[in-house]
Amino acid sequence: MSLSKEQVQHIAALACLQLDEDEFDDIVAKLSSIVDFVDQLQQVPTDDVVPMAHPLDQVQRLRPDVVTETNERDAFQANAPAIQDGFYLVPKVIE
Amino acid sequence: MAGQQQALHTQSLAELAKGLSKGEFSSRELIETLLSRIEEHDRSLNAFISVTADQALAVADASDKARSKGEAGTLAGLPIVYKDIFCTKGVLTTCGSRILENFVSPYDATVVERLSSAGAVMLGKTNMDEFAMGSSSETSYFGPVRNPWDTARSPGGSSGGSAAAVAARLTPAGTGTDTGGSIRQPAALTNTVGLKPTYGRVSRYGMVAFASSLDQAGVITRTAEDAAMLLSVMAGFDERDSTSVDHPVPDYVSGLTVSLKELKIGVVRQHFDAGLNEQCAARVKDALNVLEQQGASLIEVDLPNLDLSVPTYYVVAPAECSSNLSRFDGVRFGYRADGAKDLLDLYCRSRGDGFGAEVKRRIMTGTYVLSAGYYDAYYLKAQKVRQLISQDFKNAFEKVDVIAGPTTPTPTFPLGEKTDDPITMYLNDIYTIGANLAGLPGISVPCGFVDDLPVGLQLVGPHFAEETILACAHQYQQLTDWHQRCPEAYQ
Repeated sequence: MSLSKEQVQHIAALACLQLDEDEFDDIVAKLSSIVDFVDQLQQVPTDDVVPMAHPLDQVQRLRPDVVTETNERDAFQANAPAIQDGFYLVPKVIE
Repeated sequence: MAGQQQALHTQSLAELAKGLSKGEFSSRELIETLLSRIEEHDRSLNAFISVTADQALAVADASDKARSKGEAGTLAGLPIVYKDIFCTKGVLTTCGSRILENFVSPYDATVVERLSSAGAVMLGKTNMDEFAMGSSSETSYFGPVRNPWDTARSPGGSSGGSAAAVAARLTPAGTGTDTGGSIRQPAALTNTVGLKPTYGRVSRYGMVAFASSLDQAGVITRTAEDAAMLLSVMAGFDERDSTSVDHPVPDYVSGLTVSLKELKIGVVRQHFDAGLNEQCAARVKDALNVLEQQGASLIEVDLPNLDLSVPTYYVVAPAECSSNLSRFDGVRFGYRADGAKDLLDLYCRSRGDGFGAEVKRRIMTGTYVLSAGYYDAYYLKAQKVRQLISQDFKNAFEKVDVIAGPTTPTPTFPLGEKTDDPITMYLNDIYTIGANLAGLPGISVPCGFVDDLPVGLQLVGPHFAEETILACAHQYQQLTDWHQRCPEAYQ
């Protein structure tokens, strides 16, 4: 196994994913096999190669800094699991 | 009259457009026919997540009315299905995931907006691998899609629902998205045509993001002509997509008949190495001969880094997906877990329950390759190898106009066969991934059968050479009838 259980726990915490205890061994095994597979890239000589960030070598387009969107809070909040008075509700953050 | 005409469900979009304009049938008759076929056949395929029957009939009626006043758009009254990754206003948009099980989009994707403005009628939303992550349409929260050629087998993926629906004559056309082969591979495995345009050609606005430097919208149809019709409407600059390209949109339909004489077709030496099923290789070689007989010349080319495309993709795509999917947090939309003890717990539990196994693996792979201490070794390294792969294509396109070869290494496989081994599943996309990494247009076109299962020929062109690959595919279809074959139970 190229990844340990502790490493996978750390990755899951970084990714904000709660994993069930019974899926853990399977995830460690499969993630390890993926990491082993992509490790073959390490053998490729790439010293003078410029990393490719965009398929068409384009730069990000800029637009004038003006308001283009209208307020659609009610439409968007129709999909929210919990709202009150136009706010999104989450568990208490500040004591 | 109805007895003489070819059955509506077997006609292409181009044929249906003619029939509608001649008044041989109404859009309502056409849409009713297809809705009843969906009702009858989708139980065996699971190609649809939502069927929007009432809305479809209302749009069809409006279209018939507009036509009677002489106001019909280019796609007026013609049916289409959308992969459930495209946002559709007021209609469920699940992306095949539990986390979006109840998500009703407040707006239309640009692709949907453009097709609707041209008069297309949405029949429904099609099933897919969860968040388009998969090559078999088995990772969907809504159950696997089945291949109409053999319902014990996969239709490929991730756009498997659209492909199965088109193959089974439930619709003449559907949209798909292609991040590593997700349009072309299912098209090859279901005997349909799958077109992935150049990166940036079609707007990504309103398409649920998977890997933003690779994602591209396209279509699945039965003919290249229909793909050209739809692309002419879908393509073009959109300021709402920051990577949309401002490049003129030709009339792809009138480009279909450009002569193939003088055309230089590259045949990639590495495509025919071990790993390609021998009978598939034979079908592809037969197809190349057909094109050669039309005056095209076949020229051997090399893509020396072909084998590195899959591992490169499985660093770049998961890295981008881990970033894109961070928006699913159980707060603003989507699934929320009950009983969280604090905000972090709410995020972790909502995401843990809401995402399926393959999506979690990809998020975690991406998180790992982007994490402190590993970024240079994996992500930056993969971006460098991506440059090498892209350069290989540039070198090849100095010698040839188009590259032709197999779309997939084998015909379709039984459901469940590859689900336990991610690497075997990933290797399905060996021939398709390169075009995504390099941003190139590609098309898969039916080129025969192996043991009664379809095989696809893939054509890849330089950036913005959609006209060339469409012309090649169209003229190949004029000389062959593979695409007219229909699975027996769906005739």
